[in-house]
Amino acid sequence: MSDFPSVKLHVVTGKGGTGKTTVAGALALALAAGGRQVLLTEVEGRQGIAQMFDTPPLPYEERKVAVAPPGRGGQGGDVYALAIDPEAALIEYLEIFYNLKRAGSALKRLGAIDFATTIAPGLRDVLLTGKVMEAATRERRGGGRLYDAVVLDAPPTGRIARFLNVNAEVAGLARMGPVRQQADSVMSLLRSRRTAVHLVTVLEEMPVQETVDGVAELTAAGLPVGGIAINMVREPLLPVAALSPAASGQVDTAELSRGLKAAGIDDAARYVEGLAGEVSEHAARVLLEERERGLLAELDRPMYELPLLTEAVDLSCLYELAGQLAEQGIA
Amino acid sequence: MFDIDALLDSASIVVCCGAGGVGKTTTAAALALRAAERGRKVCVLTIDPARRLAQSMGLTELDNAPRAVDGVDPERGGSLDAMMLDMKRTFDEIVLTHADPQRAEQILANPFYVSLSSSFAGTQEYMAMEKLGQLRATSAWDLIVVDTPPSRSALDFLDAPQRLGRFLDGRMIRLLLAPAKAGGRGVMKIVTAGFSVFTNVLTRILGAQTLKDLSLFVTSLETMFGGFRERAEKTYRLLKEPGTAFIVIAVPERDALREAAYFVERLGEERMPLAGLVLNRVHVSTVEGLSVQRSLAAAEQLDESEESPLTAAALRVHADRLSAAARDGRMAERFTAAHPRVPVVRVKAQSTDVHDLDGLRRIGAELAD
Repeated sequence: MSDFPSVKLHVVTGKGGTGKTTVAGALALALAAGGRQVLLTEVEGRQGIAQMFDTPPLPYEERKVAVAPPGRGGQGGDVYALAIDPEAALIEYLEIFYNLKRAGSALKRLGAIDFATTIAPGLRDVLLTGKVMEAATRERRGGGRLYDAVVLDAPPTGRIARFLNVNAEVAGLARMGPVRQQADSVMSLLRSRRTAVHLVTVLEEMPVQETVDGVAELTAAGLPVGGIAINMVREPLLPVAALSPAASGQVDTAELSRGLKAAGIDDAARYVEGLAGEVSEHAARVLLEERERGLLAELDRPMYELPLLTEAVDLSCLYELAGQLAEQGIA
Repeated sequence: MFDIDALLDSASIVVCCGAGGVGKTTTAAALALRAAERGRKVCVLTIDPARRLAQSMGLTELDNAPRAVDGVDPERGGSLDAMMLDMKRTFDEIVLTHADPQRAEQILANPFYVSLSSSFAGTQEYMAMEKLGQLRATSAWDLIVVDTPPSRSALDFLDAPQRLGRFLDGRMIRLLLAPAKAGGRGVMKIVTAGFSVFTNVLTRILGAQTLKDLSLFVTSLETMFGGFRERAEKTYRLLKEPGTAFIVIAVPERDALREAAYFVERLGEERMPLAGLVLNRVHVSTVEGLSVQRSLAAAEQLDESEESPLTAAALRVHADRLSAAARDGRMAERFTAAHPRVPVVRVKAQSTDVHDLDGLRRIGAELAD
């Protein structure tokens, strides 16, 4: 049973460097397992999805990027991807709602989008989230491909509440009118049980602090916080009892010396001091990680842990991470 | 060879840039502290420091002005001031400087101004550069170290002044200004046929009231445009002056190094002076002669004979570090192969986060080593 059975739109955020795009990709694969159709979207113009799935840059068009492993039913699912850019979203929006395709291109030539982005980023965010909403709420009858779930690789934690809270952003600018209506309907999806905002972090002070702040901001904005994905987790190597003394520099060097000799390393004396230093640093790191993990646990959200991969993340790693996410119940 | 001390002793502006999460703020603070303790009057402008680092530098109040940092060694005659950028306040101050009080009040209350001045995209980059210009103009410091905003792309702040210039010269602005100039009766008064199509579309998308607010905002800003652009261009020139140096910061990971490489190339195109690359969080091992294979084999042997779990763990910790060090070394070599003329300095991975002056001092010493 998934932790988020009612959720259709999974928003994934995280501080820069925590692997937010990787987790979004792995989540999309996990959700697609067993024959489901999933759309993975990005909105920051980075082409992170294309790099991750090793495909040419994505156009403004839903493209299949990966096949998910078959589930119990024996059927494999599909992951589609879409890079949403505000210009194309505006033109599409004008075409659908106002039948104004030509006006859209004219606005583009005038630099209207650049203008809107500079002067009122809230308007741009309405376009971006509006497109995600459109994909997540499609119904039968010719509205494009139907998806079981949509994953959004969203802006970083520091900006996420603001990005999703389009209503508040736009409220000051447009008290009524079509932009306001669009913002309202985006907001009603985002605030519903059909949406979950997952936060990716690593066990370091600043990313964890940002995660805690992000959860508070999302909650204050009435946005549903999903799970906390702790990325790049290292295996514990030292016995728990040894951690505290080791972190304060107390490593039993006589024991190390004996141990090395027992393992057939005869020139043990050469290594003992160096190894003790490394053990001590490792222990300090582990204790710091434990403290940070404790802070995250206080948030009282489902937590998922993904291991540190020693080599650069490629497609096969992504499947491995997807499997781990699924096992831990996120999908 | 990246001679950090020579740079800190001679530069007047050091700009630290790089992708988010690579330790820009810490590096900027460490460089500033080292320069101050080498005898220079230094100001460090940070954007978004971690809470405890901010506290250690006395940055507990957001007052948008530099404050002296306590605990800096004054023996060689230097000093360190630090400040945290308040984006909105910096913007407000520009408005107040450039417009008469009544107009300034109108601008500050306009919903478009509120949105623009407190949003992150572009504004933060521009305001960081603006603040740098202001600090520089006072001549109160020998050296200003700037930390750049945690942008999606590290390049945004280079583009911000030009983007603002383009924006102010744009056709959109002129179109929005046209009706106001034609008698101030609002945008609903159509001036020309071509323009009417344009306003119709905008009205349908935005609604009449929003368009009116937008038009009023643009109109009230108009008097300040000249001043705005001039400042943006001046700051951009400042970045090209001798005495300015860019330091690109990265960690030995693919994405961060790709961003760093992109930045290095871009600085070259813009003829901006690149001093070098700081590679943070590099794993190293000081234990020589004990290879990964030998360590792991020994650890396994201890496991099997159920002897000394501590030693087995120590050997695994060491093997991990060696593997990480080898991987980091490969990443660094790849960067250098592509950019052989960029000096690189490595800072080793710290076992705990840095949040006091002693920690910054240690990093400063490593940078200069």
